[in-house]
Amino acid sequence: MYAASAPCWWTALRRTRRKLFGRTLPLLSLFAAFSFVTMMFNLPLPGGTTGHAVGVGIAAIVLGPWASLLAISLALAIQALFFGDGGITTLGANCFNMAIAGSFAAWGIYQLVGLGAAADSRRRVVAAALAGYGAINLSALLAAIEFGIQPMLFHDASGAPLYAPYPLHIAIPAMMAGHLTIAGAAEAVMSAGLFSYLRRNEPSLVGCTARLAGAGGYAATAGAPAAGAGRTLWGALAVVLLMTPLGILASGAAWGEWAAKDFSNSATRAQMAAASGRAAPPMAVPSGLARWANLWTAPLPDYAPHFVKSAAFGYLLSAMFGVGLILMVTWLLQRATRGANQHGANQSVEECAELTSRQTILPPLTPGRSVNREADQSATPPASQQSEP
Amino acid sequence: MSTGVLGKTVRGFSEALTQTLVAEDSAHGRGLLQALDPRVKLVGLLALVVAAALSRKLAVMAALFGLGIVLALASRLSLWSLAKRVWVVAFGFTFMIAAPALFLTPGAAVYRLGSLAITAQGLRSALLLITRVETAVTLSSLLVLTTPWMHLLKALRTLLVPVEVIMLLAMTHRYVVLLTETANAMFESRQSRVVGRLNGQQQRRLMVNTGGVLLSKTLEMGNQVFLAMQARGFRGEVRLLNEFRMRARDYVAMSGFAVAAVAAVAAGR
Repeated sequence: MYAASAPCWWTALRRTRRKLFGRTLPLLSLFAAFSFVTMMFNLPLPGGTTGHAVGVGIAAIVLGPWASLLAISLALAIQALFFGDGGITTLGANCFNMAIAGSFAAWGIYQLVGLGAAADSRRRVVAAALAGYGAINLSALLAAIEFGIQPMLFHDASGAPLYAPYPLHIAIPAMMAGHLTIAGAAEAVMSAGLFSYLRRNEPSLVGCTARLAGAGGYAATAGAPAAGAGRTLWGALAVVLLMTPLGILASGAAWGEWAAKDFSNSATRAQMAAASGRAAPPMAVPSGLARWANLWTAPLPDYAPHFVKSAAFGYLLSAMFGVGLILMVTWLLQRATRGANQHGANQSVEECAELTSRQTILPPLTPGRSVNREADQSATPPASQQSEP
Repeated sequence: MSTGVLGKTVRGFSEALTQTLVAEDSAHGRGLLQALDPRVKLVGLLALVVAAALSRKLAVMAALFGLGIVLALASRLSLWSLAKRVWVVAFGFTFMIAAPALFLTPGAAVYRLGSLAITAQGLRSALLLITRVETAVTLSSLLVLTTPWMHLLKALRTLLVPVEVIMLLAMTHRYVVLLTETANAMFESRQSRVVGRLNGQQQRRLMVNTGGVLLSKTLEMGNQVFLAMQARGFRGEVRLLNEFRMRARDYVAMSGFAVAAVAAVAAGR
C-alpha cells in the first residue's frame, strides 16, 4: 500500500511545491494539526452514541484534493509515528484509504452534489455532509477489501490465515456496519457543521474555495502552476497508452468475462475449466447470461474496431478512444463546475488568502451564535505569542 | 455533564498531552537505546517491525517481543507504563477483531463452547494477529519513547523522506501540541460554565462550533506563523543541521539489529 500511496504523495508534493514554502507550508501543517485534534472530539450522535470524525470532508472542500491528501496523510503519520496509533506498517494503507481515496471522494461528491447550487444554498451544506459521509465509507470499503483479500493471499498449510482472518463476505459487512452508521454520521455532522460555520464566519474562504475547487481548491490552487507534474502525468499516460497492445499477449478470456458463445466452444471450455481449478463449466449457457448477453452491444467489441485489420493498432485506437472519452467528460464537468461557481467570489486565491489573513478571528456576534461566544471566551493567548516555528 | 462528551473529550486531550510529555521525558533518559544514533535506532527497529510483519511463526514473534522487552528494560523504560499505555490498548483493540476468528475460521475443532467450536486454525490465526500487533507496537513505541521527536524526523532522511515532508511533519507535530492545548482550554472553560444537561443537538452544536472556532484560529495562526517565518529570514530553503555522528557502539548496535532481523526473517518463514 506504500507503493500505491507513493505516486499520489509525490504528485501532490509536486503540485504544491512551488508555493509550499510560502503561505501554504504553515497552512498545510496547521490544517493537518487541526485534523489530528478534531479526531479527538467526541461527537454525540443521534441514538446516544458518540463518534470521531477524521476531518477529510472539510479538508478536501477547503484545501482541494491534493493539499487535503497531504494534510490528512501528515495527521495520520503523526498519529502512527508519534502516538503509536495506527501502526507504521499499516500507515501506507491508512493513508491510501483515508487521505488519498477519501480526499478525492469528498471533493468529487461535494462538486457533484453542489453543482450549480448558490453559495448560500442549503444544498451546499448537504453536499458537504455527503462528502464527509461518502469519503469515510469509501475508505472503510477499501479497508474491508484489503482485509478481505488477505486470507486468500496469506495462509499457512493448515488454512489458518496469517494476517487478517476474515474473507470478503465477513470483512465488508463488519466494517461497513459501523461506518455507514456511526463513523459516517460523525463525519457528515462534522463536515456539514464546519462548512456552515466557515460559510457564516469566513465566507471569503468558502466562496473562494467553491469557485476554485474545480481547479484544485484553496491551497492546491495557490500552488497550481504545476507544469512539471502535469507533463510527467501526460508522459506516463502516453507510455501506458503505447503499452496497451501488450494485452494481446494474454491468451484466453479474463476469468469471469466469458461470452455466451464461449460455452459451446471446446477450446474456450477447456480454458475456463483450467482457470477455475478444474471445475467444469456448465454444458448449457447460464440462463441469466443468455437473457442479458444481447442487451448492450459494445461499439468497439474486443477492443478491435471492424475497420482496423491490425490487432495491435486496434488496441491502441481503443485505448486512445477510452482515454479521450474520460478526458472529455472531466473537461465538461470542470467547465460546468467552474460556470456554476462564479457567484460571490471575484478575487484571486492569493487575494483570498490575504483577505483571510487580515480578517479578525471572529466577526461581530449575533444572538443566534451564543455557542460561538461561549467557545471564544475560552480563547488562549494570542497566536502571535505562541506561533514561533 | 461533566461525564458527558465534554468530559470525555477533555480526558482525551489530557491523555494525549501526558503522552507527549512522557515521551519527551523518556527520550532524554539515560539508557541503551537513548545512547544510540537515531538513524541506527530507526532503521534497526523498523527492520525488526518488518521481520515481525513477515514472520509466520508464533515462536519467532514471541522471541521478537522478548527482545523488545529486553530493549525496554535496558533503556530504563517502565514496563508497567508500557503495559498500561501500549500493551493493554493494543490487546483490547486486536482481541476485539481477532476473537470472532476463533470460531469463524474453518478447521479442526479443539474446544467446544455449546454449539460454537474454537478451531485450531482460528486459534493460530488469532494468536498470530495479536502477537504480531503487540510486537510491532512495542518496537515502534521503543523508537518514539527513546528518541526526541526532532531527532527522529532528521533520521527519516536516511529513508529518503523529502526534506519538505520532514519540515511539514515537524511543524504539524509542534502545532498538534499547541492546538490540543488550545482545544483543551476551550473545552475546560466551557465545561466549567455548563450547569444542567445539554441535549444531543445542543452537544453536537457545541462540539461543531468549537471545531469551527478552532479552525478559525488554525487559519489565523497559519498566517501568523508565515509572517513569523518571514520575519526570521525564511526564504523557502530548508536546512537541517546534521549533528549525528556514528560511534563504535552504533556500529555494534547496527550489526545486532541486522543479525536479529535477518535471523527472524529466516526463522519465521
